[in-house]
Amino acid sequence: MGENGKPKFAMYWAAGCGGCEIGVLDIQEALLDVADFFEIVFWPVAIDVKYKDVEAFEDDYIDLCLFNGGIRSDENKHLAELLRAKSKTLVAFGSCAHEGCIPGLGNQYSKEGIMDYAFGESPSTENPENHRPQTHYTMPEGDVEIPAMLDVLTPLDAVVDVDYYIPGCPPQAPQILEVMQAIMSGAELPPKGSVIGAGTKTVCDECPRERKEKKIKEFKRPGTAQPEPEECLLDQGFICLGPATRSGCGGLCVKANSPCRGCYGAPPNVEDQGAKMLSALSSVIDSSDPEEIEKIIGSLDDPLGTFYRFSLAKSSLRRLAK
Amino acid sequence: MSSADFEPTIIGFLCRWCSYTGADLAGTSRLKYPANMIPIKVMCSGRVDPSMVLRALADGADGVMVLGCHPGDCHYHEGNHKTMRRVPMLKTVLEQYGVDPARVRLEWVSASEGDRFAEVVSEFTEEIRALGPQKRTESVA
Ligand code: SF4
Ligand code: FES
Repeated sequence: MGENGKPKFAMYWAAGCGGCEIGVLDIQEALLDVADFFEIVFWPVAIDVKYKDVEAFEDDYIDLCLFNGGIRSDENKHLAELLRAKSKTLVAFGSCAHEGCIPGLGNQYSKEGIMDYAFGESPSTENPENHRPQTHYTMPEGDVEIPAMLDVLTPLDAVVDVDYYIPGCPPQAPQILEVMQAIMSGAELPPKGSVIGAGTKTVCDECPRERKEKKIKEFKRPGTAQPEPEECLLDQGFICLGPATRSGCGGLCVKANSPCRGCYGAPPNVEDQGAKMLSALSSVIDSSDPEEIEKIIGSLDDPLGTFYRFSLAKSSLRRLAK
Repeated sequence: MSSADFEPTIIGFLCRWCSYTGADLAGTSRLKYPANMIPIKVMCSGRVDPSMVLRALADGADGVMVLGCHPGDCHYHEGNHKTMRRVPMLKTVLEQYGVDPARVRLEWVSASEGDRFAEVVSEFTEEIRALGPQKRTESVA
């Protein structure tokens, strides 16, 4: 605690979309209580504090640091290490820091492949001289440097020790609020390494739809078919990740007539969210004929990206080299 | 490593009722087959969660076999029907990720098929030997 007696708060945005930052704003007026309770010492989106200022903090200077985004550049990694050293409690905040999220899907491709697509092949790119970003460049005004991209994206806990995980893309306001209120009230926090700000069941367990465990012969996609609003989406043939996803969001997507995409990650005691979903889906396919099964599976669009949309960078697959 | 001196590590999930008994029969009949496969007895091929197969590969297996009763013969009626859908789906996902799906194989071996057990294990071992070791990224937490 500082001179003013207030605990110190930091928030950082690494390789992510910034939705987590908005997620925090979504707690609305309660943010004023947070701002009042804490002294904000580093939060690039909100206040102007430079990295060198953070480097000058003593170790454990920050009481609570919410780290959002995955680790995809040497800058992300440096900040993760720096903030770990300077923070008493470091929270992997949101799906990217927790398990890689959408940016983690890039791990299907090589770094070079990603660069070639982004700066060459993508339909919206015009780059006749085939330039690629360089990390160093000398200009008349002096040398400039940008961070270098790492080979793969990893969640925060692959590079530093993490105290807590708050899942979600982004974490939902009521959940953030509950965590912040618990911290501010001085309540005892769960054991280190826990997932906080989420439920302990699956999205299905909290889903209002009626599930009849129907078997299906074909998969549907939102956009090509309109889901019926009361019936379980999986029963209707839409790939809903409810059975393989931790509760806590309040079933936002299923209530909006859209299948669960899985952003809260694997439920407790499930080691691999994609494998869990694949297994759940296998149970609903209505066929015992290998040829027909192949056909039904073949009709799935992007199975890897669907089952592992948020968790590829934390899955067992990440340990297999291609 | 040349493929000749590479000894693949293979994990085999064998259902207790058919395939494990089939493996026993191969043994008591003194059939010869490569010793590369480490058998794990499970109650039913339907018990083999895809995450177990992935973990085996991630933890050091070069190939994984799932062996169960022939369709229609599962002790739990439809356990292997689930397997029949899971394994191809898992292979699809592995392939999309860039891992050769041939590293995972599903076969049906009954309690009386000791010879078939020896045959599929020999065949799979040679196939994995030809594919070479499954490479891993540095293990991260
Ligand atoms: S699969 Fe989706 S729609 Fe069906 S019960 Fe689960 S969360 Fe609800
Ligand atoms: S008991 Fe053998 S496959 Fe189910």
